[in-house]
Amino acid sequence: MNNCAIEVHNLTTTYGGAPVLWDIDFELPAGQIIGIIGPNGSGKTTLLKTIMGLLEPSSGYVKIFDQDLEKMRERIAYVPQRESVDWDFPATVEDVVMMGRYRKANLFRRSNRTDLAVVAESIEKVGLTPFKKRQIAQLSGGQQQRVFIARALAQKADVYLMDEPFVGVDAATENAILSLLEEMKAQGKTVLIIHHDLQTVSDYFDYLVLLNTRLIAKGTPQEVLTKENLSNAYGGQLTLLAKVANLIKENEFPIREKDMDL
Amino acid sequence: MNEFWIILTASIVAINAALLGCFLLLRKMSMVGDAISHAVLPGIVVAYYLSGDKTSILLLIGATLTGVLTSYLITFLSKKARIQGDASIGITYTLLFAVGMIMISTWLKGNVDIDMECVLYGDVALINLDKIIIDGNLYIGPRAFYVEIIAFAIIIVSLLWGYKGFKILSFNEDYAQSLGIRTGRWHYFLMTLVSLTTVVAFEVVGAILVVGFLIVPPATAQLLTNRLPFMLIVAALVGIVSAIGGYYLAVWLNVSITAAMIVVSGLIFSLAFIYVRFRERLGNKSVTEHLPI
Repeated sequence: MNNCAIEVHNLTTTYGGAPVLWDIDFELPAGQIIGIIGPNGSGKTTLLKTIMGLLEPSSGYVKIFDQDLEKMRERIAYVPQRESVDWDFPATVEDVVMMGRYRKANLFRRSNRTDLAVVAESIEKVGLTPFKKRQIAQLSGGQQQRVFIARALAQKADVYLMDEPFVGVDAATENAILSLLEEMKAQGKTVLIIHHDLQTVSDYFDYLVLLNTRLIAKGTPQEVLTKENLSNAYGGQLTLLAKVANLIKENEFPIREKDMDL
Repeated sequence: MNEFWIILTASIVAINAALLGCFLLLRKMSMVGDAISHAVLPGIVVAYYLSGDKTSILLLIGATLTGVLTSYLITFLSKKARIQGDASIGITYTLLFAVGMIMISTWLKGNVDIDMECVLYGDVALINLDKIIIDGNLYIGPRAFYVEIIAFAIIIVSLLWGYKGFKILSFNEDYAQSLGIRTGRWHYFLMTLVSLTTVVAFEVVGAILVVGFLIVPPATAQLLTNRLPFMLIVAALVGIVSAIGGYYLAVWLNVSITAAMIVVSGLIFSLAFIYVRFRERLGNKSVTEHLPI
């Protein structure tokens, strides 16, 4: 791939001896909105954390634009799961978004005018300007998710990794995120998103990675969302699989006629 | 004059503990503060045994390092040995505290300066026995006061200098790490400051009740404030008011000064809690109405 944003090479990550990711190998195209899908416990979050250097892989490596992560920190931004922090923390929307401007090198300096301008702009982009002085506990779940996305935007990165940004958000937030993704794509940014709702994947994403400890499939939604791939990834979760099979039928994706013993 | 020095010294103990306690509370690590305050005992004993002086620099450093070792062991047990977080705290600090007890009962048997009573409860009323006198007869205050004020200076400078680091570590450690910030170093930096606080405080308020100063004022402040700088200031103020109020309560009822201070801080916490609940009842509806969706 000549325009590759993220290369994951033979990656294995273990947790207490058991592999969570096993020999994952893929290259992701730059400038696209990419979805990571797979059942619960399939290692989606672990993959994101390993790419971000938060977990040490047992073997294999990750390259961002053909460089080591340490050299590319400035160009890659991470949006953790909303539930991973305590929103009772005494901070306002502005305080949290400002953290997107923190760097190892500027931790001991005061925030400057550029930082303030970038923070204001990022808050505006997610539509939270009226709430910028509000304490983060006094926001709805969707607004909290948008705070996290604004914080990543404040990093002015080229690659964004988002862990389940659509979970538990209201329609307004979902639309805000989707239009933001369109804008980011137009600017040539690469966005990697963990997603669990199979009904929306083909609408949201240009490219998909289907995961269940191993890499099951990667490619365009049409290539990935076949019955064979999905049954390989989701196994016995029949109701879900039946639902997806119907959906695929409705969307007229190519599926084989045999083996419909759902 | 004794009264003045007691209140002043106890207030500084309370401020030191309250400031660091805020970060422990926000990181959900308050009980690590508890563990450290007990586990520094063997460090104190070894350093005292070697130096023969309760206030030597060696003792401060030795004991502080024991505290850092404690936090390292807790992390090691919970991450590497996969023992539940609270269990690894329990294993580490009871073990170290027990070793310290044995050391005291063997090496320091019958010693007048350090015994279990002193370690567990401290005695702020006795700090004036260890005076600093210069020029032969000029009394400039108890030694404990100067030890506390130096610790206070170290803590203030560290927090001002590392404010952003401690803040992002407390709110979202993973995210800080994703920015390339060395969260491990910040963690041990914080643990060093917590150890220092409990080591210098043990003589004044004892190993048990210093935990009260670490947790209660920050918890009160978190109820009342919604920005970190205010939380730190309010926690320190609650600590000071507890120290002053506790002293007079103790004099009035003729009871332990430290205990009275913690009781007062508990009362302040209860009042704050009732106030916040009351305010929520009245104001909650109007807040949610303004939230779109």
